[in-house]
Order: sequence, then structure tokens, then C-alpha cells
Amino acid sequence: MRLAGSLAFALTVLLGTAAQAQSPINVKIGVLSDMSSLYADISGPGSITAAKMAVQDFNPAAHNMKVDIVSADHQNKPDVGSSIARQWFDVDHVDAIVDVPTSSVALAVSDVTREKNKVFLISGAASSDLTGPKCSPNSVHWTYDTWMLANGTGKALVKTGGDTWFFVTADYAFGHALERDTAAVVTANGGKVLGHVLVPLNNADFSSFLLQAQQSHAKIIGLANAGGDTDNAIKQGAEFGITAGGQHFAGLLVFISDVEALGLKTAQGLVLTSTWYWDMNDTNRAWTKRWQAERPGKFPSMVVAGVYSSILHYLKAVAAVGSAADGKAVVDKMKQMPTDDPLFGKGQVRVDGTVTHPAYLFEVKSPAESKYPGDDFKLRSTIPADEAFRPLKDDNCPLVSAAK
Amino acid sequence: MAALADPPLVEARRDGERSLWVAFVVMVALLIAAPFVVYPVFLMQALCFALFACAFNLLIGYVGLLSFGHALFFGWASYLCAHAAKVWGFPPEAAVLFGTLSGAVLGVVAGSIAIRRQGIYFAMITLALAQMMYFVALRAPFTGGEDGIQDVPRGHLFGVFDLSHEKTMYVFVLVMVLAGFLFIYRIINSPFGEVLKAIRENEPRAISLGYNTDRYKLCAFVLSATLAGLAGALKALVFQLASLTDVYWTMSGEVVLMTLVGGLGTVFGPVVGAFLIVAMENYLAQFGQWVLVIQGVIFVACVLVFRRGIVGELAHALGVKL
Repeated sequence: MRLAGSLAFALTVLLGTAAQAQSPINVKIGVLSDMSSLYADISGPGSITAAKMAVQDFNPAAHNMKVDIVSADHQNKPDVGSSIARQWFDVDHVDAIVDVPTSSVALAVSDVTREKNKVFLISGAASSDLTGPKCSPNSVHWTYDTWMLANGTGKALVKTGGDTWFFVTADYAFGHALERDTAAVVTANGGKVLGHVLVPLNNADFSSFLLQAQQSHAKIIGLANAGGDTDNAIKQGAEFGITAGGQHFAGLLVFISDVEALGLKTAQGLVLTSTWYWDMNDTNRAWTKRWQAERPGKFPSMVVAGVYSSILHYLKAVAAVGSAADGKAVVDKMKQMPTDDPLFGKGQVRVDGTVTHPAYLFEVKSPAESKYPGDDFKLRSTIPADEAFRPLKDDNCPLVSAAK
Repeated sequence: MAALADPPLVEARRDGERSLWVAFVVMVALLIAAPFVVYPVFLMQALCFALFACAFNLLIGYVGLLSFGHALFFGWASYLCAHAAKVWGFPPEAAVLFGTLSGAVLGVVAGSIAIRRQGIYFAMITLALAQMMYFVALRAPFTGGEDGIQDVPRGHLFGVFDLSHEKTMYVFVLVMVLAGFLFIYRIINSPFGEVLKAIRENEPRAISLGYNTDRYKLCAFVLSATLAGLAGALKALVFQLASLTDVYWTMSGEVVLMTLVGGLGTVFGPVVGAFLIVAMENYLAQFGQWVLVIQGVIFVACVLVFRRGIVGELAHALGVKL
């Protein structure tokens, strides 16, 4: 009896230590995105694929980690997004939320993430307020923001003669930020803003708004919207004969999926800024091939690439910290470590959460120039990493002033 | 003869009340135990909707008026409560009161226009008014358009209880919702409530008895709007967010669904319906757009198979009032 007792004791001790030595760091990542509506093509299911690839490439087992991925559809509604985020943090023990297109949802999720001290890896949302006045020590803004888009496309167009602008703006955080940032670039470069009109999100009929734009006689009609809204505006604009009448559209945020949806015939000549293009180099092409195994016939947007890279960098930081429990500590680590990944190259996470990397000015090819499916862009110029993003001094981010 | 006829009636009434009290005690016990098992934020959301559905039920179940614009009171109260708490720095009790009162004011305005018509016209007028105010919410600068009002502080109740703790917030919401629930129960069992039921059954007869039915209907409408406002104001504090979802017409439709599934004109039906619908939205969220299809199927099944709703059928089977 005593023997059995001591044996059992020895066994427990043995098992206990074994379990302790092997107990991996558990990390749970939530992909929160638009799975079914106007932004589903630029992120959504494609982001989940990219997240899985990031985990696979990181190889959690080698770092004694265990990484799970969950996903949900926020339907582009701030209330749905924030309640999912809350539930993920409180009940499902999610450590980090990634992607979150639609800036209004991202702002709501950012508040919740900060309150619960977790991590928010922003890729889909664009508002530069996320790293500006509303910056958070728990957020990293990976892929792009409205300042960068404005600076790229806005500057290029004003310099080539498009000096009068009229904005068709999506009526929420992202649209407002994009219009504000672009208008600032236009006026700073000697252009003039003639007016603007606010359009509800996910609008189907742009006719009355486009007529206002037409009557303004501005040379450039700036589309401060994204996804399905941009596609609809450009398509309907072509039907109204706006482009034929000498006015030009500037799609301030155009993704490759939009170009695919519009067709090169409608979209050709459109100038756009992007931080990643699948056909830029062999690494990107190889990565895209793997991604397409799950998403046949589609082409990854920069948002999808940003999801991949941000998760990779996040997991490296968690491995370095040794735990995912303290979100702020992990983000601080992410800021300390320079970023280096196959898709965006070398860069750094700034104190305000912005990730710096080069941006590119592309022009959409004409149908004759395009050789194979997805061969949509030609490079016009490269904006180096230190010029592509808003200088820290213009941020109005409380973290920047606190760091000084 | 009258003395002989009276006692069974009184007894029947007492029997009815007994089943109601038993059900009430069971409900309160469940709601007190629930946060230890279920996620409190989900419960608070369900409670807010339960109150909203009860307020709606007061109008359709007891006066027979189908309002298709109740999101107006719910959503606007939530906006104004959020604005008061965030921008004006109101403490939570004052912000909720402000939201509730704004529901009442909107109820007076919308009610005095809508009660002039009956049936489908009444529903259409309420829907039109609600959509007008939805547009205002979309365009007015203080509501933040598609962003909504975010990061609303929960604050300290009476300067003492810190509502940022989920459990404390839960107790606050539970007490407010139960108070609203009992208030509705009191209304429908008062002489005023009897007149409302008379109007529901036969309005011309109520008029011929000398009742000014318009005034009764308006009063019921305002009471319903006020309680819907209370529910909306509480929801703004629970989620620390007021958004367009709450003023959109789909919200008006959802509350109809909750009340129908639970049981029209029953005391507990809207509560059961609200918990069921909110639970479906939460736990079926991974099916995305399919939630709407599932809801539609339930709606059809409810109308075809159990028209009294869950609680209505249960009460009918047991032969008691619920």
C-alpha cells in the first residue's frame, strides 16, 4: 500500500515536471474582418488564409508555442465589432485581434483592446487617427494609412496638373480622415479644393453625388472611399460620361481586387498608392502562389499581406517576451525589435504604432499592356520609407509627446 | 346572485396572479445566478432588449397598436445618453435619466401624429417618422455618422459604485430592467390598463362608454416610448457605444420578432423572446448572414405553428396566466 502510494506520488511529480517543462505558451489570434460585404474582397477570408500562413511559417512548435486562430464577421458595424472583441478577450482568451477593415470598427476595437490590455494589429483600417490623436500603446498599424495614401496619390496628381479637386467622401472615420489628409496635401502643393459631398457607407446609387461633382468642374474627382463604393462610383461615373467630359477620377484607396472587379478597360490609367503588389518580385509571387492554393483565381491585396507580416512580427515578439498575457509589453517589444519579413522587408514600428516601409505609386495598365491575369499595375515611382508616412511631429499622438 | 357569481372570478384572478408571481420569482432567481455561469455583457444586452420588447409589447399586446418605428426611441435615447455621458460629463444615473426622458419627448411627438390612424397606416407613419430620425442620426454632427459615439464612459453610479466592473454594471442593469418590468406589470393591471384592453378589443365600444380613446392611446404610446428609451440608454452604457444599428428600421423589426416569438400580450413572453433572439445572434454569429435566414425561418414557423408564441403556448397548455 505504501509502495503504491509512493509510486503514485513519484509519478505525479514526474508528470508534473514534465508538463511544466513542456507547457507551451498559448497564443490565440482573432481575425476580425468583413466576411460578406463590401470589404470582403480586400481582406475577409483572404486575411484568414494569410494568418494561417503566418503561423505556419513562424513554426510555433520550434518556439515552444501553441497558436490558435479564430475569426468573425464584424459586418462593418462598430457595435458588432466591439462586442465581438469584448467577448473574445473576456470569454475566449484571445490575445490579439488582427485586420479589422472599416476605420469606425477599428476605433471601437482599439478602445476595447486598450481597456483589456491586449494587442491590436491593424491592417485593413486606414484612418491615420489610429496612430494620431487616437493612438494606443496596444496597437500596431501595419499596412497603410490615409496620410500615406494622400501623400502618394494626391501629390503625384497635383504635380501633373490636377490642381482643382472635388471630393466624394464616405461618411465615416476613414472617409473623413482620407479627405482631410488629401485636401491638406492638395493645398500644400498649390492645388485648390472646390467642394465635397458626404455619401453613406455601402451606397448603391451615386448619381446625385456624381452630378454635384460634375457641376463643380473640378479637374479631379477624389474618391475618398474604398472597396465596393469606389467600384460603384467609378462605374457609374463612366456611365455618366464624367471621364469622357475631361474630368478624372482619383481613387485614393484602390486595391487590386477593385481593379479586377472594374476590369482594365474601365480602370486603366488610374493612379494609386499601395505598399505591396503581388507581382513586384519573386518572393511576392511565390507567396501569392501559396495563398492562391486556398483562394484560387483571386489576387492578394496589401491588406492581406499586412495581416501575414504583422502576425509574424507579433509572434516573434511574444516568443521574446515569453508570454502573450501583457499586451502592452508585447507591443513595446514589437517596437524595440526591427521588423524584417519576406513581404515588407526591413522597417520599424514607431512609437505611435505606425510601421514604416516603402510605398509605391502605381498606374493601372491598359488591356493591351496586361500579359496575364493579375498583371494590372505598372510602377511609376517608389516613395522611400522615411517619406511615405506622416512625420512623428505632426502626429498629435499623446504617446509621442510622452516619449520625449 | 351577484354574491354567488363573484367568488370564482376573484379566485380565478388570484390563481392567475399566483402563476405570475411564481414565474417572476423563478425569473429573478435565474437572472441573479446567471452572471456566474454566462458572460455578463451578453446577459446585459439580452436584458436591455428584454425591456425594449416589454415596452413594445405594452403597445401591441395591450392596446393593439403595431408600431414599426420603435427603434426611434431606443436608438435616440442611446445616442442622447451617450452624448450626455461623454461630452457633457453626466454621471451614469443622470445620463440614463436624460436618455429616458428624451424617449418620452420623442414619444409625445411621434405618438400625437401616429395615433390618428389605425392598423397598417399607424405602422407606416411610425416607420416613416423613425426613418426620418434615422436620417438625422446619420447626418447630425454629434452622432458621428457611421462611427457612432464611441468610448462612452460608464462612470460611477451615485459617485460610489464603479460601473466599469462588469458585475456591478450587471446589477445596475438588472435593477433598472426589473423596475421597468414591474412598472409595465402595474400599468396593465391598473384601471388604466383595463381601458387599454377595452380599446384593443373594441374601440368604438370604448368610445361609446365615454372614454377619450385618443388620449389613452397617446398615454400608452408615450409610456412605451419612455421605457424603450430607458432600454436604449442602458444599452449605450453597457456597450459604451451608440451606433446607427439601434435607430435603423431593422431594429424595429427585431423587436417585433422578439415579442412574437416570446408571446404577444403575455407578461413574460417578450423577455423569453429577447433572450432567444439575442442568444441566436451571439452564438450563431459565425454563420454570418445566415443568421437572418434562420431568424426568418423561425418567424415563419412561429406564425404558422405556434401563433401564441413560446410563453403564450406554454400558458395555454398549463391553463395559467404567464
